[in-house]
Amino acid sequence: MSREKLDQIAEQERARQSQFDKRVHCCVSTACLSAGAGSTIQALRDSVEAAPAGDKVEVVQTGCMGLCSRGPLVRVQEKSGEEVHYADVDSECAEELIAKTVSWDQGDEKPPELSPELKTVRERLETARKKRSLKKHVLSPDLPFFTKQFKVVLRDVGYVDPEKLEDYLAHGGYQALHKVLTEMSPEQVCDEMLGSGLRGRGGAGFPTGLKWNFVRREESNVKYVVVNGDEGDPGAYMDRTVMEDNPHQVLEGMMIAAYAVGANHGYFYIRAEYPIAVGRIRGAIRAARRRGILGKSVMGTDFSYSADVRIGAGAFVCGEETALIHSIEGKRGVPRMRPPYPSTSGLWGKPTLINNVETLANVPAIIKNGAEWYAQIGTEKSKGTKVFALAGQLTNTGLIEVPMGITLQEIVYEIGGDVPGDAEFKAAQTGGPSGGCIPNTHMDTPVDYESLQELDSIMGSGGLVIIDSTTSMPEFARFFMDFCVDESCGKCVPCRVGTVQIRTLLDKIIDGRGEPEDLDKLDALCKLVSSVSLCGLGQSAPNPVLSTLRFFRHEYEALIPCSA
Amino acid sequence: MSDTGSSNGKPKKAPVHPSGDDRYVALDRTMKHLHNEKDALLEVLHSAQETFGYLSEELLFYISNHLHLPLSQVYGVATFYHLFTFEPQGKHSCIICTGTACHVKGSAAIVEEMSALLDVPVGKTTEDGLFSLTTARCLGCCGLAPVAVINGEIKGKATPETIASAVGRILTGERVAQDQEEAG
Repeated sequence: MSREKLDQIAEQERARQSQFDKRVHCCVSTACLSAGAGSTIQALRDSVEAAPAGDKVEVVQTGCMGLCSRGPLVRVQEKSGEEVHYADVDSECAEELIAKTVSWDQGDEKPPELSPELKTVRERLETARKKRSLKKHVLSPDLPFFTKQFKVVLRDVGYVDPEKLEDYLAHGGYQALHKVLTEMSPEQVCDEMLGSGLRGRGGAGFPTGLKWNFVRREESNVKYVVVNGDEGDPGAYMDRTVMEDNPHQVLEGMMIAAYAVGANHGYFYIRAEYPIAVGRIRGAIRAARRRGILGKSVMGTDFSYSADVRIGAGAFVCGEETALIHSIEGKRGVPRMRPPYPSTSGLWGKPTLINNVETLANVPAIIKNGAEWYAQIGTEKSKGTKVFALAGQLTNTGLIEVPMGITLQEIVYEIGGDVPGDAEFKAAQTGGPSGGCIPNTHMDTPVDYESLQELDSIMGSGGLVIIDSTTSMPEFARFFMDFCVDESCGKCVPCRVGTVQIRTLLDKIIDGRGEPEDLDKLDALCKLVSSVSLCGLGQSAPNPVLSTLRFFRHEYEALIPCSA
Repeated sequence: MSDTGSSNGKPKKAPVHPSGDDRYVALDRTMKHLHNEKDALLEVLHSAQETFGYLSEELLFYISNHLHLPLSQVYGVATFYHLFTFEPQGKHSCIICTGTACHVKGSAAIVEEMSALLDVPVGKTTEDGLFSLTTARCLGCCGLAPVAVINGEIKGKATPETIASAVGRILTGERVAQDQEEAG
């Protein structure tokens, strides 16, 4: 389908949306659903049907709005673009919200016939009009939770209906892809990525433009693009949210990457634990195929592209790129030695570009707004924004997107709203089982790749768990080591045996049987495992122990009987 | 998933599949759809587990034959991934998230309580086949930690008490149904 046709669809959708005076967005992502968003959206829809002038209000199911701990979340958007957020919206509150949103001034118009059920809803709405409880549900737009954020990846998440291609088009979707296909050469696209300074968001932070150039320069008639959606870090769910709540954004980024490197086929590799994400991505592929965005002649150009979904089966190591390739090929997901890197020999021996979901979700915005625009966000070496899943002992938990270089202080105290109750903020854990714990004495650390590494932690894929004074650090380190013992694939000895030995030592110390020299032994063992393991899993598995040993050594020492 | 019953309500026909189990028809269809590619082993295993509930030895043997793969390889791949299970699962399921956020907020106590209540270790099914108790690495509902999933329904901000009562209700329901069956 040509650009004109797609523009037309977008225009039609915008015209349809502008018929409504107000649009009520209701978050139906996993967290809000488990807080009861199912009955909230039902109540919103029933109320709109029963209310006078309800046809002037559209109820839209959207993805994550961020403040998951206060769900279900609802947003009322005026035609002018003004919006109000409401938190903890149960069905009763939803009725009051609609009762106060619609216009009750009907003039001479006769009210339409209502079914008996809707009549009772209407009666309830009339009483709800007089209630005054809505105020306490309103979230002030001045909350640091909103003002401190800067959204690139999540800009449309929570605004578009993830199951509607038209809505994505109406939000300017696939314009970046069209620009790339008609105005830019593959080399220019790679240069744009280099200029933007975008680095891989899966954790390691490799410059995206460089990676694309490696694959682009390979001579091969078959190349692949793989979207790494095997988000395995416990406490991290950014990629799932983007795939579930704006799947077309990821698909568009993937297609721009494919054009840039010269690939005509690609795979989404998604965890089996994310069935909704799998369904939404599949739905997006089907819709794009129907509209001629995927297929033989993409948007009327001579670029052809097809995409498939492959589902993981619960192995953390498959987030590692060579393991992931084995898994797509139907084998045990064990990593192999690099080089050759996947950019030269990947899927079925062909040059393969593997990018993380969040990395690719950044791409359409970079193409649309230009590399310079992106490069001015963030710090000198870490450009752009990062999405974090903020969790643990905090007042406000949920999904946030912040510019690189923001300090932990701002994230924890301002966005997170501090630790609730009497407990005190003790440490921030980043990077999941591959990361470390940053103590409260280092709160002024800017969040960028290098600064976090200096503290024996990593940026990771974006899990940020806040721990308060009730958590024992040696036990917390053991929790992660348990994870690594389970998830070690067993191929290389340092990781398979080393992680078990580290855990045994931790067990001994925590059980109060530790000896003074055990701490040095633990330290040496950790350094050995991280220096000689085959892949990233083993190399980073000791990080939680190393960082807690560095910053919370006194807690370990206190557990050793004769060291005092 | 079986193809035995015809859609117009006629009595069931004899099994179509030579094995006598028509669930294999669905599995055959998946393999055919994937062109019997050896590379599609993971997809085939997913489909098999979805259809049969778990991967029996017989099933692995069947897949190995069909895709012309050594049984050792099929077994190797199936056992490598955590998602595949080799035992029948219980009628009801209770999954407790033990991800970082849930751990920090006390998921261990919930696991302990449930294991005691159901008298079954984590990862196993009760003797009467009613409940499977498992843990998950992260369900991605960290904002509502700790989280448990009972029969597919997510329970946020869980405590040992709320989860025990939810499971207890299901057990009571089962007992009532059993009594009625015996009485009637």
